[in-house]
Amino acid sequence: MLSYVIRRLGLMVLTLFGVSIAIFLLLRIVPGNIADILFDSAGLIDPAEKAKIVHDLGLDKPLVVQYAQWIGGLLHGDLGYSYVSEKPVAQEILPRIPITARLAGLALFFAIVTGVPLGVISAVKQNTWLDYVLRVTSLSGLSLPSFWLGLLILMAFVHYLGSIPIYDRTPDSFGALVTMLGVPAAAVGFRSSALIMRLTRSSMLEVLRQDYVRTARSKGLPERAITFDHALRNAVLPVITVIGVETAFLFGGLIVTETVFNIPGVARFLVEAIRWRDYPMVQNLVMFIAVVVVTVNLLVDLAYMLVDPRIRYGE
Amino acid sequence: MSSVLEVTDLTTVFHTRRGLVRAVQGVSFTVNRGETLAIVGESGCGKTITALSLMRLLPMPPAEIVAGSVKVAGTDLLQVDDATMRRMRGSEIAMIFQEPMTALNPLITVGRQIAEMVMLHENLGRSAARAKAVEMLRHVKIPEPERRAREYPHQMSGGMRQRAMIAMALACRPKVLVADEPTTALDVTIQAQILDLIGDLQRELGTAVVLITHDLGVVAEVAQRVVVMYAGRKVEEAPVAALFADPKHPYMRGLLASIPRVGTARGMASMDERLQEIPGIVPPLNELPAGCAFAPRCKLADAHCRAEAPPFEMKAADHAAACWKS
Repeated sequence: MLSYVIRRLGLMVLTLFGVSIAIFLLLRIVPGNIADILFDSAGLIDPAEKAKIVHDLGLDKPLVVQYAQWIGGLLHGDLGYSYVSEKPVAQEILPRIPITARLAGLALFFAIVTGVPLGVISAVKQNTWLDYVLRVTSLSGLSLPSFWLGLLILMAFVHYLGSIPIYDRTPDSFGALVTMLGVPAAAVGFRSSALIMRLTRSSMLEVLRQDYVRTARSKGLPERAITFDHALRNAVLPVITVIGVETAFLFGGLIVTETVFNIPGVARFLVEAIRWRDYPMVQNLVMFIAVVVVTVNLLVDLAYMLVDPRIRYGE
Repeated sequence: MSSVLEVTDLTTVFHTRRGLVRAVQGVSFTVNRGETLAIVGESGCGKTITALSLMRLLPMPPAEIVAGSVKVAGTDLLQVDDATMRRMRGSEIAMIFQEPMTALNPLITVGRQIAEMVMLHENLGRSAARAKAVEMLRHVKIPEPERRAREYPHQMSGGMRQRAMIAMALACRPKVLVADEPTTALDVTIQAQILDLIGDLQRELGTAVVLITHDLGVVAEVAQRVVVMYAGRKVEEAPVAALFADPKHPYMRGLLASIPRVGTARGMASMDERLQEIPGIVPPLNELPAGCAFAPRCKLADAHCRAEAPPFEMKAADHAAACWKS
């Protein structure tokens, strides 16, 4: 168990190293840097001034040197300065992280607490009207883009209730926090919820056909115990894996949702930074997201080991 | 001797897209306390469907038990409601399955799988049920039962898992044990141990055993009475000695003839002697012939056999068969 974790941590470092090179290179491949953008939009044409900016930011140095400077700083906890605001990157990012983390956590929570039970119901009631309704709903969930769904929810709220809870940095209660973030979280989490539900359903259907479920029935166990204790425990294994993958996808949905609902989180901020070619901001933000995704996947694998003794002892 | 299990006229059908399939048709038998009744036949003859019908474990739909009764100590299992049936399963009538590799839940310890059933049927607390599970594992001669109870099925061998299955099935002292090919998936040395174990526990607890098998060697060894099934119907029933000595149905004769014989006059099977077989295959159950279902494969069959199904009748004392030719 411990050696497994250590090995996985080593792999994590390797993955993040690869990610850092990918981010760095991709950003440089995108046409234009901050100087180009400043000059294009402002209409300034003094080449000497532009060259000075490029030089000041170190953009004229060889790529290897630029990369080494970034990673060197990162390893010492120095994230550099934003090109746009000229404030330290850490100072810009850190206050926004809890906002996005709460939204993402809530979305994932929503996806799991709706997706898993509805998937179980759908499987147990296979081929009834309830199953059909749930399947159509989940298929819609996978087909609707979250920005469209977000806008739709926004419009529905305003139309029927006259208003929608607006983002507030200091909500006065936990209830206020949940209502404020609940709607956007549901909009982001709907897709994941639909995916988890479909997966739970198909996984449950397969497990319910297994011999050990028949054995459980032959022992006289009530259906509830068979469904939740014997079947779901087995059926949830592939679902756990997908939850890990979904956290990565969640960020995509968050970017749009934060924009639609005007939430000042990191996801929206990232798009803004990309628009300005604010290299230090983008690089460190994407690195941060990569760390989160890799960590979640490690936790998922550990959870997998907790649930499945065959993996635990197969070591 | 009192009969514990009385199956009368059991008829199970499957509603399929290609029509009604009569998997079990009018099967009757009784099993006494402490007795072993074997149900034999080829694959697809309705043995397992009969077993699952007794437990009411068939998925319905597509399956439906359309007629008959299954009385365990006087209670007709086919008449009671689902909740009552659930209480009967495991406590009055229990089952062990063919595949010990897949019949146990891989994510739950063996001890807990036994204990959860004891808690349910005997109203024991968690720790008492645990103790009982360990005791049952010891009873089926699993070494180090305390440790094994904490283990998961994948940590055990096939034979040990089948022992655990037996421990589970007998934990609440059911009156009837249905064993569906309990040794088929095990290697031969383990087979004998498992059969001995079932026999020992049966004598000790007075359990009536319904043994489903296609292995006539096993039948000869452990059964007192035998029911022979073909295409969903009972074609012969007799005490084991009478059946082997003088089979009345051509199908049973064919089955006996198709056992490879070791030890002929020359001390071993002669190489030029061809293994006997029954020609043809079991007909699809939705396309059964009008007369005797075995007629298409039977050397003795004539027009009468093909036109009219033979009644199941006594051919000798305590020996019944369904055949016009005996």
